[in-house]
Amino acid sequence: MKLLYFAWVRERVGKAEEDLAPPADVKTVADLMRWLGGRGEEYAHAFEQAKSIRAAIDKRHVRPDTAIAGAREIAFFPPMTGG
Amino acid sequence: MMQTTVRLQREDFDAAAEQAALVRGRTDVGAVVTFTGICRGAESGEPIAALTLEHYPGMAEAEIASHVEEAKSRWPLMGVTVIHRYGRIEPGQNIMMVATASSHREAAFAAAEFLMDYLKTKAPFWKQVESKSGKAWIEAKGADDAAAARWDKPPGSEAAE
Repeated sequence: MKLLYFAWVRERVGKAEEDLAPPADVKTVADLMRWLGGRGEEYAHAFEQAKSIRAAIDKRHVRPDTAIAGAREIAFFPPMTGG
Repeated sequence: MMQTTVRLQREDFDAAAEQAALVRGRTDVGAVVTFTGICRGAESGEPIAALTLEHYPGMAEAEIASHVEEAKSRWPLMGVTVIHRYGRIEPGQNIMMVATASSHREAAFAAAEFLMDYLKTKAPFWKQVESKSGKAWIEAKGADDAAAARWDKPPGSEAAE
């Protein structure tokens, strides 16, 4: 699946997007954040405050307990500050 | 007739021209409310050089469009314009605008405020401040979440219906 990162999540991870195939036991958005957090120092730093990170699946806001099965694109970002 | 315009763009826009376009050639509109967000020259008391707005292309358009649809279902609107810029914006320049047209002011005021409250908390944009002390991401305000949440009340409990 395609992962996208925005704002300080993007800066900490060090890239805007990547293609990854998480293992089968990664079932929810929260699981995915934990799994990503274990991928190295940059990821650990990006996902250490998982509670302040929002997610979207296929461009729609989702909650941490949302299942990721079938997702084509998952984005992680801080709370929004537009307007 | 309902006129809807949603645009994301790097370039500046002319809020007066956008407002005029909402009413041009029609006589059924009795009220237009326009809100324009402008880049301040200081953030938390510190002068800033610029704001940079990052956005999630595709999702930003979809979020704005779905909230415009929601506004149209709640109030008798005749026109809605939402324009949001991205990229580097200097103090004094426009960031975004919302304009709502209706036959009476109540719907126009309420819909404009509803759209602003939701755009602040749901539209995927992020502001970064550029100042002498470097670059910093603006943190989301709890007050904005509270402002958006007041529209979650059951229909009919709003003063503006």
